[in-house]
Amino acid sequence: MRHLLSTADLSHRDALAILDTAEQMAAVGEREVKKLPALRGRTVVNLFFEDSTRTRISFEAAAKRLSADVINFSAKGSSVSKGESLKDTAQTLAAMGADAVVIRHGSSGAPARLASSGWIDAAVLNAGDGTHEHPTQALLDAFTMRRHWARLHGTESTGTDLAGMKVLIAGDVLHSRVARSDLWLLRTLGAEVTLVAPPTLLPFGVGSWPCTVSYDLDDALAARPDAVMMLRVQGERMDSAFFPSVREYSRRWGLDDVRLDRLDTLGLKDTIIMHPGPMNRGLEISARAADSPRSTVLDQVRNGVSVRMASLYLLLSGENSTDRTAQEQKR
Amino acid sequence: MSTTGTYLIRGAAVLGAEPADIRIENGVITAVAPGLPVPGDAQLIEAEGLIALPGMVDLHTHLREPGREDAETVETGTRAAALGGFTAVHAMANSMPVADTAGVVEQVLSLGERAGWVDVRPVGAVTVGLAGEKLAELGAMADSRARVRVFSDDGKCVWDPVLMRRALEYVKAFDGVIAQHAQEPRLTEGAQMNEGEVSAVLGLAGWPAVAEESIIARDVLLARHTGSRLHVCHVSTAGSVEILRWAKELGIRVTAEVTPHHLLLTDELVRTYDPVYKVNPPLRTAADVQAVRLGLADGTIDIVGTDHAPHPSEHKEGEWAGAAMGMTGLETALSVVQHAMIDTGLMDWAGFARVTSRTPALIGQLPDQGRPIAAGEPANVILVNPTASRRVDPSKMATKGRNSPFAGLDLPGGVEAVFYAGHPTVLNGRLNTPHPAASKEF
Repeated sequence: MRHLLSTADLSHRDALAILDTAEQMAAVGEREVKKLPALRGRTVVNLFFEDSTRTRISFEAAAKRLSADVINFSAKGSSVSKGESLKDTAQTLAAMGADAVVIRHGSSGAPARLASSGWIDAAVLNAGDGTHEHPTQALLDAFTMRRHWARLHGTESTGTDLAGMKVLIAGDVLHSRVARSDLWLLRTLGAEVTLVAPPTLLPFGVGSWPCTVSYDLDDALAARPDAVMMLRVQGERMDSAFFPSVREYSRRWGLDDVRLDRLDTLGLKDTIIMHPGPMNRGLEISARAADSPRSTVLDQVRNGVSVRMASLYLLLSGENSTDRTAQEQKR
Repeated sequence: MSTTGTYLIRGAAVLGAEPADIRIENGVITAVAPGLPVPGDAQLIEAEGLIALPGMVDLHTHLREPGREDAETVETGTRAAALGGFTAVHAMANSMPVADTAGVVEQVLSLGERAGWVDVRPVGAVTVGLAGEKLAELGAMADSRARVRVFSDDGKCVWDPVLMRRALEYVKAFDGVIAQHAQEPRLTEGAQMNEGEVSAVLGLAGWPAVAEESIIARDVLLARHTGSRLHVCHVSTAGSVEILRWAKELGIRVTAEVTPHHLLLTDELVRTYDPVYKVNPPLRTAADVQAVRLGLADGTIDIVGTDHAPHPSEHKEGEWAGAAMGMTGLETALSVVQHAMIDTGLMDWAGFARVTSRTPALIGQLPDQGRPIAAGEPANVILVNPTASRRVDPSKMATKGRNSPFAGLDLPGGVEAVFYAGHPTVLNGRLNTPHPAASKEF
């Protein structure tokens, strides 16, 4: 693993390595001194072309807990017309000696360009690109699900996957990088995935995806999922005729109080409710659902730091950096 | 016309048939027969194993001048054209300023004459500034020294159905043709690539086939209603081929073009996020590639047009969404068409001459281009080595654009020589000299 760009190209072995390492990192987070010297002297750049305070501070906390030096580079306005190009930014960071670049970009594929262009030799971590992928979000989701699934089965989570778990993901799949990353990773880990959305918010071509697709949230809940992930829906989608109104969306595709209670009626006492945040309370998820004991929203945030520590650690040290040195010597 | 000398091409297979000698004197083919004597003053061109074809005619070239001379000039673009086997190109109207007045089209014509590598035929804009609101002075461009007959807002669709109808009707006054860039604008807002399985995974906004097909369907119906001539630029989808087939069966006066890249490449390449594969209309699926190949073979699609669209490197190396659309094509067109159509058995070299020379010359109304290789005809002739092979290297091209999607591919076919109005602009696969009639100064 040289970069972390997508969960689609993450093998089962690599995914488990990240999740297992994240378990060890989580233990560090519970100590009084939440810090390891693993990346001392290494430089991690948070290159954010799009605002995302939550993801940025999670990566920042992760890098700092590993003793790396962190540079936050907020570079809004990426296109040639607006000023500095991706190439110039990348070469600037390379000249500063960045060892890893955590990139958030509004354009799908920008991290892949950074990694393949030859402009910079650093490890590239995709912190969300356009409507393509958000692999560390998927890893923290999988980490959260794995702990839950292992607990239900009375085992340690380390070394296990999600075989047999049924996951329902509902919302704006079309514009969601989280849905894509989740789907590929959850399939790799053996879970079954159902996507629920209005037909307008599913991508053309979704029929070839390895999942079940439904337009009906109630039917999908009746299929007894073990985890229900609600995706953020942006109100401005309404203006593009993706759905008639926020209220209609909420009635048909929101996890409202009625549906929350139905989980109990259906006897789904162990089904968890997840959300990648930030939530639109009262739109895709009711306040009661968000705050219910089923909700893992805050666990997801906490676990985010652990999986990001694991990702940085595996990319910048350990066997991977040995591979890299070997590659460089070959060049 | 100034003296261009006497040439004897020995042993070239005319349109791929039996070898014959071709004598060219002062811009005219004066004899085509086996075993011609070599006139004393003639330059002998050995062409054993080579195929003689009429000079290629591109109905769809972006020469970028005036305005974007950093991307291409008429001089560099026509050098590329000559090397690619062309003797005429149509310069698209989306220059800066837009070619929407007699003044601009005459300027482009003059630049082409000054360069002297190929005939440069300016295309006039349909609407003022390509804005799609008001007809440009089509008659003034038609009557100008540039004698414009092809009008196009290429890059933008003439979307307004009333404006499109009026344009189709109006150009009947001088037997013009409207070349439509078929793209429904609302269905393609922010579109980045073909809408399909690949766009779904990559998270890039889709450019659905229906956005092309719905405009073509509307336009062929308008052409039927008005009895006008319609040309459809860069057809890219299987559905478009079906609509065109239907329209032609009804006798509607429509012609259509396909680009070399749509004959070979698919949207799978976009998985690299390399903007060299970004083009409009976008690369489609393998099924679409097969459909446009079959359409070209059976005549549903009439011609190959390169849509040569050079861009400076800074517009082609960043993130996908910020990159410009377009690919170079002049210097690879022959090889790609040979690879996709001839080496696959879908078409012979006579068919190649039909789709790259004869029919585009008819659509563009170029009387000296696309003619048979026969005594008395204008000497626009190229010699092609069909057994040559080369690895495409954009850094070695004459175009300023380095944005070739074929970079690194091994492709067949080589242009050995080009006679443009009797003068060899290309010899031994290299640029020779421009036509002596070219005036390097105004």
